[in-house]
Amino acid sequence: MIETNDLSKQFNNNFWAVQGVTLNVQPGQILALLGQNGAGKTTTVRMLTALLAPTRGSARVAGFDVTKNPKEIRMNVGVLTEQHGLYLRMSGDEYLDYFGKIYGLDAQARAVRSKYLLDYFGLGEAARRRSGEYSKGMKQKLALARSLMHNPSVLLLDEPTSAMDPESSRLVRDEIARLRSSQRTIIICTHNLAEAEALADHIAIIYRGKILLNGALDELKQRVLGPVEYEARFADAFDTSGLSLPAGAEVASRSETSLKFRIEAPQVVNPGLVRALASMNAPLISFHEVPRKLEQVYLKTMAEAQGLAYAA
Amino acid sequence: MRRNWDAIWMVARREFIDQFRDWRIVAPMVLLMALFPFVADDTTQDSIQFMGRFGGELILERLVPFVILVIGFFPLSFTLVVALESFVGEKERGTIEPILSSPLDDHQIYLGKLLVGITTPLVFSFFSITIYLILITRRDVAFPSPYLLALVLLLTFAHAVLMVSSAIVISVQATTVRAANLLASFVVVPVAFLLQGETALIFWGNESVLWYAIVGVTLLSALIVRLGVSHFRREYLLGREIDTFNLKQMGRVFIGRFVGNAESIRDWYAFELPETLKQLKKPLALVTLLGVAAIVASYLWVVVNVPAFLDISPEITDRIKTLVNENLTDFEDLSTQMPVPVLFYHNARAVVIMLLLGIVSFGTLGVTLFLVNMGLVGGVLGGASLLGVSPWLLFAAGILPHGIFELSAVFLSVSATLKAGALLVTPQQDKSLGELLLVALADWFRVFIGVALPLLAVAAVVEVFVTPQLLKMVVPYF
Ligand SMILES: Nc1ncnc2c1ncn2[C@@H]1O[C@H](COP(=O)(O)OP(=O)(O)O)[C@@H](O)[C@H]1O
Ligand SMILES: [Mg+2]
Repeated sequence: MIETNDLSKQFNNNFWAVQGVTLNVQPGQILALLGQNGAGKTTTVRMLTALLAPTRGSARVAGFDVTKNPKEIRMNVGVLTEQHGLYLRMSGDEYLDYFGKIYGLDAQARAVRSKYLLDYFGLGEAARRRSGEYSKGMKQKLALARSLMHNPSVLLLDEPTSAMDPESSRLVRDEIARLRSSQRTIIICTHNLAEAEALADHIAIIYRGKILLNGALDELKQRVLGPVEYEARFADAFDTSGLSLPAGAEVASRSETSLKFRIEAPQVVNPGLVRALASMNAPLISFHEVPRKLEQVYLKTMAEAQGLAYAA
Repeated sequence: MRRNWDAIWMVARREFIDQFRDWRIVAPMVLLMALFPFVADDTTQDSIQFMGRFGGELILERLVPFVILVIGFFPLSFTLVVALESFVGEKERGTIEPILSSPLDDHQIYLGKLLVGITTPLVFSFFSITIYLILITRRDVAFPSPYLLALVLLLTFAHAVLMVSSAIVISVQATTVRAANLLASFVVVPVAFLLQGETALIFWGNESVLWYAIVGVTLLSALIVRLGVSHFRREYLLGREIDTFNLKQMGRVFIGRFVGNAESIRDWYAFELPETLKQLKKPLALVTLLGVAAIVASYLWVVVNVPAFLDISPEITDRIKTLVNENLTDFEDLSTQMPVPVLFYHNARAVVIMLLLGIVSFGTLGVTLFLVNMGLVGGVLGGASLLGVSPWLLFAAGILPHGIFELSAVFLSVSATLKAGALLVTPQQDKSLGELLLVALADWFRVFIGVALPLLAVAAVVEVFVTPQLLKMVVPYF
């Protein structure tokens, strides 16, 4: 569990890197913290691991207060730091063993756990090589394995897949999804919006240290982009000017071969709408909900924050 | 407790192994450390022969402990990089954050680094020393006694602890590895001076005097470790600033502290300076106590011990007295020989040196120098008493008139030095070590400029114009 209240950090140079961040992530949930470079993601994560003392506000992680019980927090949190931070002269298995020891695992547990993680991330063969020889993606996977060594109940992942190839990021996504189903509390900082959309059930957008938007993904789409739209596609150009719209449906936009509708209550309105189109003998090839990406939510929110117009 | 040690050992072990994996560092190091004893052995042999040709008697037996000390010191200064980069290197490479995010305690991380920082140089030091010891068995010279050998090895150990503990403080505070390496000379040079002092002890003193050096150096290291642990903050090691040496900011902190809230000089003397002086009560009491003790101890030592060395027959005392009397007539031209500004400059410089020594040693070396000076005063008085001159009379006429001003200035400055040292080793939540140093210096300069310098100026005038007259008046009564 992670709960923050008005969490804020001002650096020595009087610069507020994080301001008034209030979040709540429950076990079994994944929160994606989205934001530009320098928005304050890493600073937030560091406060949650008690590395930086909050200037204002409070945070509880895994049931402990960051200012009062830093050691307990570090014991229960797994962090993938922004830089992998590997000791490059150590081999993969030595490295995991070392961190296993730091977290107080006994020899047997360390051996089992490190073998499992190395194999899972496809590092089994490279385990005895120095990590300095690894590729960037392999290094990042080893760092992720490190953060999972002690089976933490809270995971903070700062840009976990930024250097990985598609296969590897897929592996990492699957592992994260698996961890969610075993009731871990997870925060992922990223600017990979597709990944955030695939994994996260909650989204927080941070801009210049402040949270602009925070909530469940579907709810945010509704809130930012408005009601869901439906689209009818036609085989050829088709004149829809004679269409009699059922109550509760309005045309959002139209082109020669398609028509988009804004509909408040699709369960009630859609059957009538499809019947109306059919009765016009429209060459209908599909009728579907217009997919809406997190990207749109993000870009629109950011554009508004910067006072710019958002072109959909 | 056990777990604590395990954790410290774990941190140290990893790093120790890590270092020895890089043969590009290890190989030249081993070579250097192995060659140096040969060079040292040859050089000593040559210098003994050289001295012998001119009738000098340099005895190898006397030289051996000194050479061991130097051979031990040499690898220390080379491998100091290990300690210097221990924190800042990991910070630069980004490997520190996973460690800082782990449940290791601050002191476990710190002491682990300290341990490896000490072990690495010592491995090389003792390696070099061992080779040298093997070499001298071939020479026609008695092997140093186990006792002396143990002392010298202990001293080398103490040097390692001293240098490494300072280097680690630098490593935590430095923003880049480069900056840390530039600061290395602040560690190496003072210890090199210390080594010279210890050499003097070996040559002229009883070997057991080395115990003082060992205990002194160890205490100093303990203070430094304490300073380091109490100023260790995980936050610093995540800082972003690179080599920023912000003179303007530093100047603001210093001047802000020095001036305080004063609007005018009068204001400053009336409110700000007394505030600082008030805080000197305890250190002043301590310094006075120590100073008086040093005078008395040295006086007694001279009175008790010197007659055993010197044969002070009445003729000799008379001869010395005559000599002194003749020379005292020169007092007239004292003001030309030693003009007031020069005397003033000398005294002020001595006080600043005490500060500088004090700053690098949390006040202790500054106080030591002070005690040596007080000891000299006691010694002179003791000598006078042996010659049959009343030490009270000499004190009242020859020292007190200007001493009232001079000693007050010195006592106050030394107290301020001690206070500055104490401030540095006390944990402070809100100030970085750099800021703290500036604050300590500002406080010291308040005392120095506000009180000590004016007093020293008065003292110089009195010493040149008044003291000689008084002495001349009382000399007939000697
Ligand atoms: N130790 C520090 N001292 C001063 N400023 C910092 C420090 N760490 C981060 N910052 C600043 O705080 C802001 C947020 O940084 P960060 O949390 O790393 O952003 P993100 O992870 O979202 O890219 C940036 O403007 C950065 O320059
Ligand atoms: Mg970041």
